[in-house]
Amino acid sequence: MIEWAPTADIDTLHRRAMLMAAIRQFFADRQVLEVDTPVLSAAGVTDVHVHNLRTADGGFLLTSPEYPMKRLLAAGMGDCYQLAHVFRADESGARHNREFTLLEWYRLGWDHHQLMQEVAALCAWVHRAAGGSGALVSTVLSYQDAFVSAGLPDPHRASLQALQQVTALKLSANTAGWDRDACLDALMALVVEPGLSPDRLTFVTDYPASQAALARTHTCEGVELGHRFELYWQGMELANGYWELTDPKEQRRRFEQDALLRQSQGLPEPQVDERLLAAMQAGLPECAGVALGVDRLLMVVLGKTHIRQVLPFDADRA
Amino acid sequence: MATYSTSEFKSGLKVLLEGDPCAIVENEFVKPGKGQAFSRVRLKNLKTGRVWERTFKSGESIEAADVLDIDMEYLYSDGEFWHFMKTDGSFEQLPADEAAVGDTKDWLKEQEQYVVCLFNGTPISVSPPNHIELEIVETDPGLKGDTATGGSKPATLATGAVVKVPLFINQGEIIRVDTRTREYISRAKQ
Repeated sequence: MIEWAPTADIDTLHRRAMLMAAIRQFFADRQVLEVDTPVLSAAGVTDVHVHNLRTADGGFLLTSPEYPMKRLLAAGMGDCYQLAHVFRADESGARHNREFTLLEWYRLGWDHHQLMQEVAALCAWVHRAAGGSGALVSTVLSYQDAFVSAGLPDPHRASLQALQQVTALKLSANTAGWDRDACLDALMALVVEPGLSPDRLTFVTDYPASQAALARTHTCEGVELGHRFELYWQGMELANGYWELTDPKEQRRRFEQDALLRQSQGLPEPQVDERLLAAMQAGLPECAGVALGVDRLLMVVLGKTHIRQVLPFDADRA
Repeated sequence: MATYSTSEFKSGLKVLLEGDPCAIVENEFVKPGKGQAFSRVRLKNLKTGRVWERTFKSGESIEAADVLDIDMEYLYSDGEFWHFMKTDGSFEQLPADEAAVGDTKDWLKEQEQYVVCLFNGTPISVSPPNHIELEIVETDPGLKGDTATGGSKPATLATGAVVKVPLFINQGEIIRVDTRTREYISRAKQ
């Protein structure tokens, strides 16, 4: 039998439309402009752990609207947001769908702490729009404190061997060949995250510099940390934000580092987005930016356990 | 040797873990937005029935196990081995040891069909049908007409298994039993 029917029920799709309208209202009230950049681009992502889908003519379906939005900022666009369909190859599960909706926005002159407050306000707004009651409490926790309070070693100072040992013990994994970030990612996703209080918003900040991606970094007590945050709610990773890196030289260095890593892992060589680097050369204004998984936010506020329950058609029925 | 990569993991897949054949029960894809992906896997050890949890980094692989479930007819026991015969017309016989037969010993009846799990050609587990008919070899005398009080008493079956039966059931009768719950279902239809 051909599966043609939606994976979400019609009532949920009505609520989805209502909550999308609420998100747009949130930004209209704050004079943040909606933009709409191309989904199909000449350049892709360099990140080793994110994989582009390609089109037959050599294009890349974007994994995030970050690069074109930053080019708008460099051209003087001002505060802006986008509800973008994005694509990530090889991601599927209860919380992953190959194609999903990212809410991405940028605030000029803000740092990540100001942006975290706005992310919390948006979550509370959507929570209320979905009929939720009660105040939504939020906590900010450093990456280091998140590990230590979960009974794990200091993520910045523990030796690789100690991290491999604790990962092997906690997760029954053969970690002999794993690097630091593999151990940290596994512990974060499978030990720290499930232990966070589900009913409140938890912002985790100050990631290891090796996981800073496009965030600027600072040194604290001899450890280089990224001005990056992640938001968790109901055991779900919902958003990732940065106090954005604006230095084009450092950005090129990180792209090149990614390219080397990709080469060593036998992954396809990335097509570096030279247009982004040129825009940063012309001048990306000081800003903070965040990407939030809209489908996951809907799962939380509508009490759904599988992403397909909030999508008209999941990847298997697209 | 064939191997499966994490992207091929799915429930039912038979793999080798620490030398033992296992079936994947559940595979959960876990990936932080900015980080590596992992597979959180629950596997059932097909020899012991124990369920293990393991975490694999995406791209890691695991050896395939040569495991096959086939229908076989139970023949007899020589005290050390329980002998089964293939029903595919080959009449090939295979001995299963005590570890493989396990609790199914309670439900072994000649000429009945069982699902035998073979690992590298050797039986490692035997599953009984869900329902089986067996004769009662010992129980207290039946209370005539007592079909309403709902009481029960122990009864020993031809295989040695003991199950609870209603008071009106007599020694020598054949009853239908659910092998999963060890519960009496009904008198067998003659």
